[in-house]
Amino acid sequence: MLKRNNVLVVLLFAILAFAVSAQTVTITYWQYYYESKVKLMDELIQKFQAANPGIKVEQVTFPYESYNQKVAASIPAGEGPDIINLFYGWLPTYVKAGYLAELPASDFNKAYFDKNFYPFVAESVQFGGKYYSVPTAVRTLSLFWNKKLFKDAGLDPNTPPKTLEELEAYSKKLSKYDAQGNLIQAGLAMQPTGQGHNWIREILFRQFGNTPYSSDYRKVTYADANGVAAFKWYTDRITKDKVGYPNFATDDVTAFKSGKAAMNIDGSFRIATLKAVKDLEWGVAELPAYKGIKSNYASFWTHGIVAGTSGKKLDAAIKFLKYITSPEVQELWLEKVGELPANPGLSEKYKNDPVISPFLKGLAYAHATAFVDEAGQRTVLVDAVDEVVLKKVDPAVALKNAAAKEQALIDDFWKQ
Amino acid sequence: MTLATKRALTAYLFLALPLVFFLCVRLGPMVYMLVMSFTNWGLLRKTVKFIGFENYIILFNDPVFLQALGNTFRYAVFGAPIVIILSLLIALLLDSIPKGKGLFRLIYVLPYITPVVAVSWVWRWMYQPPPLGIINGILGILGLPAGEFLNSPTQALPSILAVNVWVEMGYCTTIFLAGLQTIPKEMSEAARIDGANDQQVLRRITLPLLMPITFFLMVMEGIQFLRIFTQVYNMSMQAMGGPLNSTKSAALYIYQKAFTNFEMARAASASVVLFLIIMVVTVLQVRFFDKRVNY
Repeated sequence: MLKRNNVLVVLLFAILAFAVSAQTVTITYWQYYYESKVKLMDELIQKFQAANPGIKVEQVTFPYESYNQKVAASIPAGEGPDIINLFYGWLPTYVKAGYLAELPASDFNKAYFDKNFYPFVAESVQFGGKYYSVPTAVRTLSLFWNKKLFKDAGLDPNTPPKTLEELEAYSKKLSKYDAQGNLIQAGLAMQPTGQGHNWIREILFRQFGNTPYSSDYRKVTYADANGVAAFKWYTDRITKDKVGYPNFATDDVTAFKSGKAAMNIDGSFRIATLKAVKDLEWGVAELPAYKGIKSNYASFWTHGIVAGTSGKKLDAAIKFLKYITSPEVQELWLEKVGELPANPGLSEKYKNDPVISPFLKGLAYAHATAFVDEAGQRTVLVDAVDEVVLKKVDPAVALKNAAAKEQALIDDFWKQ
Repeated sequence: MTLATKRALTAYLFLALPLVFFLCVRLGPMVYMLVMSFTNWGLLRKTVKFIGFENYIILFNDPVFLQALGNTFRYAVFGAPIVIILSLLIALLLDSIPKGKGLFRLIYVLPYITPVVAVSWVWRWMYQPPPLGIINGILGILGLPAGEFLNSPTQALPSILAVNVWVEMGYCTTIFLAGLQTIPKEMSEAARIDGANDQQVLRRITLPLLMPITFFLMVMEGIQFLRIFTQVYNMSMQAMGGPLNSTKSAALYIYQKAFTNFEMARAASASVVLFLIIMVVTVLQVRFFDKRVNY
């Protein structure tokens, strides 16, 4: 008798559990591992689940280095997530491969993006006129400078260079050499593999009067006389002034953190990293202008819904997507991660924040390159700088080769 | 069933397991790779179709692949002989010292038993330009100009090669030492009684008797250098095989095609080419040495 009762109880529980689980929808969110982002996402999931009983969100993370690989291998096999975090520059590739689902136009349309996001966001999250993802935060570039090294060089630690001419003069004053003439302190970190290639691509080219790409980013147009002048300005800092060179003190971030580089062009995502370094006095300024022209490069990580997500999962995914891109979360994101809100309405609040405001100002005139092969296009410019620096190739020739190579990458993408 | 057949059957049974493993994990994927190298398979492509030799044509028109092949040959052609010669010299020296043999052997074998990734990063740091790198620090103290090492398109490959030579020397020295100890003392003693000097003993007795081992190491090291990957991956900036592809090996090229470009079929075709090269080189070595190996 006792036995039969036990069986009944177990059965009852099983039925109950089944009924509950049938009501609960579990969706999976993927992002790469970046401590502050992962911790905040855990908090957000808790809040979201509390407000939405019946939806369970699982966060899965991968190391940055293998993230793209993991995505490319898992989604075609049907083992991918429901919501995925991706770099905006990967979006065209992902859409073309059929990884991302078009966002429902009822929730995410032109009016929605125009109202809630910067114009470059709306441009970059659509492909072929359809919207595929929504970001929480955006990033721009600024000039970081080391106040102590400014003082040591006899410069005012509170006046960063405002123009390229000043940047040139300051970086010379801030560079130090040993008895053999080896650079031991870089006036300005020159790291094309870091943000250097973006600085050249979207800022220097434009400041020297060039437009680097056609408006749809399908034609490379930076190899004209103005483009060459801009590119040469960059490589001259390495070859003529010797104020820095690629991979000096490992890379630009390491050099700046360890006080081996006095200035660096870097993104808002570095704020948290630098704040964690003890005894480093640093400031942030808008990127130096040239001939009165200001420009900046904006980029962002964005969340998309994976193709094949349907039914209750799709509804839950849309709800979650809306939540993690809401103004409330954007503010938390700025506070915990250091990335700028993607909603221009929130910027007013941080107008006077000395660290945040230079980045926010940059957003007003920023361009987000419409990459089709982010890694490939980056390598093209990095190699062009290396050719000039390491092989003494004429900057004009190196840039012309680079333009041809990048054009081939772009054509290859659109041809298939 | 006789006892002998029973024994043989048992042996086969035990051998079958590794055979299954070999078929599934080695041979199967290799055949699959060969087939896929004739398709347009890419992780980002929705359909897969046969495209004949197109991947191979693209491959041999890709200057980066040709450069990677050239680099791979440079690693092998310089690397393997240098390792063999150096470790033979060291083994002969070690064999002739009466005391402390164990200590020296340990010192030489240490790099080999250290994880390659750790070795690569330590060397990467030592090669750093001033003011960080220890090698350039020493050059500076001596008043010599700084070396560019990993930052120069001409010096980077030899710099990586040197590290791999240093690592492989540990292994080769150990094997050579073991080989030296198998040579019967009677032979060299007899030769000496007949009036042979040290050089003659070395040239006529020791080296010929070491031939099978030298041959084995030559083949192994040849293969080792032809597939060089980890050192290049860890010692070049952003694992790109730079500067300007000057250190990129065929193995790294394959990895990048597959896992950064997701062009699986192109990676497969490059793997087939690398496989054929390793096979041809090994066969040639076997042919060349076979005549001189056995005494």
